[in-house]
Amino acid sequence: MDFKSSDTIPGPRTEDRLPHTAEAAVKIVIVGGFGVGKTTMVGSVSEIRPLTTEETMTQAGIGIDDNYGSASKTATTVAMDFGRISITDQLVLYLFGTPGQERFWFLWNGLFEGALGAVVLVDTRRLEVSFDVMGRLEERGVPFVVAVNSFPDAPRYPVAELRTALDLPEEIPILDCDVRRRASSRDVLMTLMRFLHSLAMKGALT
Amino acid sequence: MTPPQRQRRSPGQEPAAASPSADTSPKEGELRNPERLFVIGGEADGERADIDLVTLIVACADPPVSATPEQAAVLRLCSAPLSVAELSAYLSLPFSVVTVLLTDLLAAELVQARAPIVRQKVADRSLLEAVMHGLQKL
Repeated sequence: MDFKSSDTIPGPRTEDRLPHTAEAAVKIVIVGGFGVGKTTMVGSVSEIRPLTTEETMTQAGIGIDDNYGSASKTATTVAMDFGRISITDQLVLYLFGTPGQERFWFLWNGLFEGALGAVVLVDTRRLEVSFDVMGRLEERGVPFVVAVNSFPDAPRYPVAELRTALDLPEEIPILDCDVRRRASSRDVLMTLMRFLHSLAMKGALT
Repeated sequence: MTPPQRQRRSPGQEPAAASPSADTSPKEGELRNPERLFVIGGEADGERADIDLVTLIVACADPPVSATPEQAAVLRLCSAPLSVAELSAYLSLPFSVVTVLLTDLLAAELVQARAPIVRQKVADRSLLEAVMHGLQKL
């Protein structure tokens, strides 16, 4: 076996180590189509250089996918980038950027089930790419907000028109963002947290 | 110009049949992976500890002489708390393989797992407030 000796494996840099007081972590999932800016968003707010975790998809998973044809028998690796934000000395927040296709989600146990909520990142040039993702989150009861990553040449729709097109209820926030900017990405996360908080308040009243 | 139109779904709804058009984008993150990965998992017989991507792992002992290179690497990386996702990234091993490794290490009491806080039916408001406060400092 050609596993590297344990001395040569790169670990976290000293400044990237969590304090021993770190007790628990929470996670938020950023989901969207290819090239919509998930990794950029993770990178713009993460305190560590974004890392990649991967999972191997077995034959059974590939069988459903006609694109591969029946002759394909090899395993496929699916990668997911993530970053980290220390909230307090005890609490850590992780952000996962995951591909929009649901057949990948089951590869990581409880990726969505345990998440506080999700950000659906959309590109108005390919709005329909995000339709299925939103439907899946609705089915699973995962609260989400919609962030429109503003590409310069993308069509701009008024929020009301976008809400109608996406068939989203009034309470689900839709906001513009530029994920290259830390402040803008942070605002998206804050919007999600405020939304989750409002849901919690509502839940406490009923 | 009018945007395309979506239809809302509700919790517990039957998943819609996958539309063939939804999957025309390039296969993000997909790579051919010829490596055989089952060797590293050792003798784990399918029983795996309940481990999340953001479970924090902390070593509670030095690697024993009997430790495999992978086990020793995990113990070294976890001298300070580290999430399973980070372990997977630094070790360049799939999440499921790391899960098997950790199942053995947990059974041998060489590491300790700190469970994540997951979404509840009624969300913990003070938790959400703490996260908001932390984000404000960014």
